[in-house]
Amino acid sequence: MSQLFLEQLLNGVQLGMFLFLVSAGLTLVFGFMNIINLAHGSLFMIGAYAMALIGGATGSFLLALILSLPVVACAAWVIEVVIIRRLHARDHLDQVLATFALILFINEGTTMLFGRVPLFMDVPESLSGTVTLPGGVTYPLYRVAIIGAGLAVALALWLIIARTRVGMQIRAGTTNRETVEQLGVNIDRLNTLIFVVGAMFAGLAGALAGPLTSVEVGMGENLLILCFVCVVIGGIGSIRGAMLGAITVGVVDTMGRAFVPDILGRFLDPAAASGISAGLSSMSIYLLMVVVLVFRPTGLFPVARSV
Amino acid sequence: MKLLKINVLAGLLLSATCAATLAEEVKIGMITTLSGPAGYLGQDVRDGFMLAIAEEGGMLGGVKVEVLVEDDGLKPENGRAIAERFLERDEVEIMTGVIFSNISPVVAPLTLRAGRFYITPNSAPSQFAGKNCHENYFAVAWQNDSLHESAGLNATAQGYGNAFVLAPNYQAGKDAIAGFKRYFGGEIVGEVYTQLGQTDYAAEIARIRAAAPEMVFQFLPGGMGINFAKQYDQAGMNEEVPMVLAAPSSDINILRAVGESMVGVSSSSHWNHDLDNDANRAFIAGFEAEYGRSPTVYASQGYDTAKLIASALMKTGGKVTEDMDGFRAALKAADFDSVRGAFAFNTNNHPIQNWYARIVVERDGAFLNETTGVIAENHADAYASECSLN
Repeated sequence: MSQLFLEQLLNGVQLGMFLFLVSAGLTLVFGFMNIINLAHGSLFMIGAYAMALIGGATGSFLLALILSLPVVACAAWVIEVVIIRRLHARDHLDQVLATFALILFINEGTTMLFGRVPLFMDVPESLSGTVTLPGGVTYPLYRVAIIGAGLAVALALWLIIARTRVGMQIRAGTTNRETVEQLGVNIDRLNTLIFVVGAMFAGLAGALAGPLTSVEVGMGENLLILCFVCVVIGGIGSIRGAMLGAITVGVVDTMGRAFVPDILGRFLDPAAASGISAGLSSMSIYLLMVVVLVFRPTGLFPVARSV
Repeated sequence: MKLLKINVLAGLLLSATCAATLAEEVKIGMITTLSGPAGYLGQDVRDGFMLAIAEEGGMLGGVKVEVLVEDDGLKPENGRAIAERFLERDEVEIMTGVIFSNISPVVAPLTLRAGRFYITPNSAPSQFAGKNCHENYFAVAWQNDSLHESAGLNATAQGYGNAFVLAPNYQAGKDAIAGFKRYFGGEIVGEVYTQLGQTDYAAEIARIRAAAPEMVFQFLPGGMGINFAKQYDQAGMNEEVPMVLAAPSSDINILRAVGESMVGVSSSSHWNHDLDNDANRAFIAGFEAEYGRSPTVYASQGYDTAKLIASALMKTGGKVTEDMDGFRAALKAADFDSVRGAFAFNTNNHPIQNWYARIVVERDGAFLNETTGVIAENHADAYASECSLN
């Protein structure tokens, strides 16, 4: 039992790491640029498609991973310059409409270019199979690699934001945009940079998701809702919050799916238990969000704002 | 919302000025799922349907037809809006195309209440097969449960003593589990309902490992099945606990996307590419020539639906709503060469047909289902006795 618990905990952390990769970009764009980008999931999808197509053509996982990032960056740059830049002065409703339209454009475009049939993408030989972790848990090696990638990205982001000049400008801009602009920082350029970097994290997540999930049109949309929950729980604009929010959501979601049915099964008859638990476990993260927002309306790690 | 209006006549002639000729052609409304991860299901139903029309040069059974195609985006509210428009503004006489069983309970009653025919190429939930069956409702492919009943029979025939079952938490998922259990002789050691559209199955796979069943039955159509199969293989579970599947979890697109790890997985279907009959050979050759890809089971269902409509139009000389009794009787006769071989409509207008066992094999680098035998002959669904039609 404890072994199963450990394995499910690990599954939760792994899902959390994965959510963090997508949420990191979302929270940066939302926090710094004050833009709600619904098309963030499409950048995730572009990453996965680039990975699957390049991987299929070259046969190299590493090469595909390295090359898919610039592809996503280019796509993000075009989106930022053509569309997002015009949305700064608009209210959130306009942003939601415009970025929702982007989802439709990108999905239809992908369907036209690559068809509706999901693409093939496999785990590379060197990362396939399972490993036995301390405690006797056998775990897929590829999922261990994803946890590693998540940690690496978190560390890199923390270093950039806490230790570099650009990071300082980002932190300052999240708190008070006008003042930073008055001090002579080129906000437009910083915006583009943040958007592209955020997109690259989503693209990286998409590329890493390729071997685990179905590479198909609209694959990012389901994930995006979860990621908004992570961002809101963590506190909008906070990387640390996104990390904690993502891990919490990942663990709660996984644990809900893993153990709620068994616990309910002790009190109810099996048919009723499976019905109720399916509902409960899909609600669990939203219940969590409600609880967090009741006690901390600005999230776990609110970013100071003077607007 | 994308409107894809495929006019199988010479399109330009169809303006308001020739309303007189419009009256002679039969309008068919196709509401199907073309966008999102499940888009290939609707695409293949549509393409199979259109292939049958193209074979006759824009006609079905010698009668000119116009097909209006629209995407429901897998949302019941879209299905309702499109259905209302098709029925009221476009006055379609036949409604078809619905893929998912959360949309058919919206579209079918609207169509039937308006006095038109509802002929489904795919989704056939239990509620329209039993007490609420309707004389103008026809399910061409199967009743939802039958897909999974055949998997239950298949698993029992292979000697499995217990099973872990898994399906999404919606009507067709519940029908699937009920259908599997109805004919599975063994014990159910775990029953899990997942979210529709779920991407990560690590928690469920860990539960399966802990339960240590003899086999797993999962009904996760489209992308969900691909996600599950990939993650199941990476967790090293394929060697430990084999999967026995129904047709929607093992279509040719899923095999292609998952690849080698599907080899050896057994499934059951009412149709397969290697079924030995002339209609099937002609269909596969025609489909590959027209679209440059192999047809899925959904394409075969779309094609059969069109062929059924053609056979009925032929008998009534193009009359549908003007001769309800005649058209209905002609549909019920199912007088055409189905690509699945012989089949007949039961009293509840759902098929009585054979179900075949299949196994995934690799042939020249491609992954295919190979038919290994018959699971059930002339299998009827479980609800027919509750239906008062005859």
